[in-house]
Amino acid sequence: MKRRNVTGLTTLFALLITQPGVAQIGKPFIHDPSTVAECEGKYYTFGTGGGGLISNDGWTWHGGGVRPGGGAAPDVIKIGDRYLVIYGATGGSPNHKGAILTMWNKTLDPKSSDFKYSEPIVVATSDGYEENDAIDPGVMLDPTTGRLWLTYGTYFGFTRLIELDPKTGKLKAGNKPVDVAIVCEASTLVYRDGWYYLLATHGSCCDGANSTYNVVVGRSKKITGPYLDNVGRSMLEGGGKMVVATRGGLIGPGHFGHIILEQGVEKMSIHYEADLEQGGRSVLGILPVVWKDGWPVAGAKFKEGTYEIESVRRGYGLELAVDFTRMPVTPRRFNQPDNEPIKPVPAQQLAAVMKTWPAGTINVRIGDYMARPHQQWTITDAPDTTGYLGGPYYKIVLAGTDRALAATAEAEVLTVPAFTGAPEQLWRIDQLTDGTYRIMPKVVPNSGKKLALVSSGDSTPTLAEFDFNSDNSKWNFRDH
Amino acid sequence: MNRKYKYLLPLISFIVLSGLPISGLTAFAQGMGPQQRIPLPPIPIKGDTTHTLSKHFILASAAKKAPDAKGFIQRWLVLEPVKKDIVRNNIFTDHYLKTAFATDNFSSDYTAVPKNGEMVKVGNQDLKWYALDSKAFNVNLYHFTYAINKPRYGILVWLVTVIDSPEEIQNVRLAAGCNSGSQWWLNGQEALLLSGDRDMIADNGTSARLTLKKGRNIIRGAVINGPGMANFCVRFLDEKGSPVKNLTIRYE
Repeated sequence: MKRRNVTGLTTLFALLITQPGVAQIGKPFIHDPSTVAECEGKYYTFGTGGGGLISNDGWTWHGGGVRPGGGAAPDVIKIGDRYLVIYGATGGSPNHKGAILTMWNKTLDPKSSDFKYSEPIVVATSDGYEENDAIDPGVMLDPTTGRLWLTYGTYFGFTRLIELDPKTGKLKAGNKPVDVAIVCEASTLVYRDGWYYLLATHGSCCDGANSTYNVVVGRSKKITGPYLDNVGRSMLEGGGKMVVATRGGLIGPGHFGHIILEQGVEKMSIHYEADLEQGGRSVLGILPVVWKDGWPVAGAKFKEGTYEIESVRRGYGLELAVDFTRMPVTPRRFNQPDNEPIKPVPAQQLAAVMKTWPAGTINVRIGDYMARPHQQWTITDAPDTTGYLGGPYYKIVLAGTDRALAATAEAEVLTVPAFTGAPEQLWRIDQLTDGTYRIMPKVVPNSGKKLALVSSGDSTPTLAEFDFNSDNSKWNFRDH
Repeated sequence: MNRKYKYLLPLISFIVLSGLPISGLTAFAQGMGPQQRIPLPPIPIKGDTTHTLSKHFILASAAKKAPDAKGFIQRWLVLEPVKKDIVRNNIFTDHYLKTAFATDNFSSDYTAVPKNGEMVKVGNQDLKWYALDSKAFNVNLYHFTYAINKPRYGILVWLVTVIDSPEEIQNVRLAAGCNSGSQWWLNGQEALLLSGDRDMIADNGTSARLTLKKGRNIIRGAVINGPGMANFCVRFLDEKGSPVKNLTIRYE
């Protein structure tokens, strides 16, 4: 009875504080967003028509970005200590006559004294007759060569590739456009492990929940292509492997932008044509980038639920450091006839074991996962408005209780009897590029360090610097 | 930002470019910043803009024509477009397409092969057949209608081609991609329907297993499109998924 009450209250509380599966919060309303860029600790993205969104933490967004020039579908890249902002002048004119322009700014913060755009420079045009519409630019600085590449175009014919001078933002002298894709738009390039990836949006936009936008990818060893998909079909034949499509009430993703936060932690910025939870408006979306078999695919915003938290190091599960309680076992002899009725054995219940647990803080450890109550964790959006790029902070409690996982000033982890909302009880969860997860406290008390939950030995959780190259730093959430 | 919804474009372009702070547009443009209407720079015309078929097509001849290196069929009899009032392409449901293709049809005989230059009547429109070889793997009907100075948007285009197979080939599939909807028949039998607002993607849809007869086989197609660039590509795939290239294509 008591267990049911605790569980019921926890569930009710979780329901009350749970945010539906929205893309981002605040007022993230935008169409054709530029790749999210960080500037002096804030995040920025610009959209069609002018203006843009700003976020202090990457989760809550509001208006205030400033991009002159109007037009449509800009992109942004930081080169050195400046930002290059690229946009299409027309917003897609009915006659397909357009131009791509670039301009510089030392900062994206409109309140900064350094905020001043340079005069826009035309780097590409479409004359209204050729098989290209000069809109939807996407830009990449090749990490292997330092060369600056830009793709642009829409469904009207070809997507084209040009090279810019990374010092001036101008078209590189003598450069001629190269066709790299057909019947798609909102393209951009990504380099990884010897491959150039061309990401582009297929489908239709601007029809709310009926929009069929989706992002696909092809890859090539050469920047000029051909970009082939997973079945060997060229993007010049319409090919492309799905990266992100409609998911739940988030409909019609498009305008992929690639964000590398650090090794193993990559995000994509997109917009959804319609977020049904937000009135069907077009909203900014940020998702993890997962690389699977050499292809990028959208990960998922962490889904609230009750999980085993599995250490990738050995595969043990995070658990409360309490006495293991045996389940009853009915001995069976070999050769015993199997003719009696089979009755299910009930799972061990929280109420049956928790009465022996200490009332105060309880340490955690990592152990053989046996689906026992001390090994199951309920993870929900914390009743806290702050977040990080692409997600809110979460509270992690032992399932059926309010006992919360918390970081200590000694850079260790334990559980406290009740969740209070203290920042050391808030956890950041990032899906990594290999599909596993990083778990980080919002703060480590009395420390400015950013530490992650890691496995020190097979059985000991602690907090330490995140290392993508070590399975000690990685976790999975198992929904058994 | 896909410009397929042409009916919206003049309005959106006007609002965006004139910088009017209309709150209702914030769904598209959050936090409209200071607007500077920058006129397009002078953009010189880069190529031939005359209405001529020869830019993207070759007038088909009696010479033998094989599929291209990937098996795409480039020789087609193409009928001038049937003008349709189509606001958006996501109206192309199965029912819509079947109804439209049955109604705006030049012949209910799906094995009929029109003659190059022949005039036919569809509804109250008199339309002419053109025998063409596309220079690309696909047939860009936007280029076709531009070349003959006919409507480029809101069109239904009928297609016929004749392929000779040196032997019977079983278990082939007709593979097609189109912008936006289409239907395909082989030797009078319906083979494939591509409904919805599609992009022209090679092998976007394939038929059930079919048999190419030894000798003459007739493909009929219909492509329909509202806003955007009407376009299609067709080839046959064998039972292993490889393109069938040992064919001869003609228009008679």
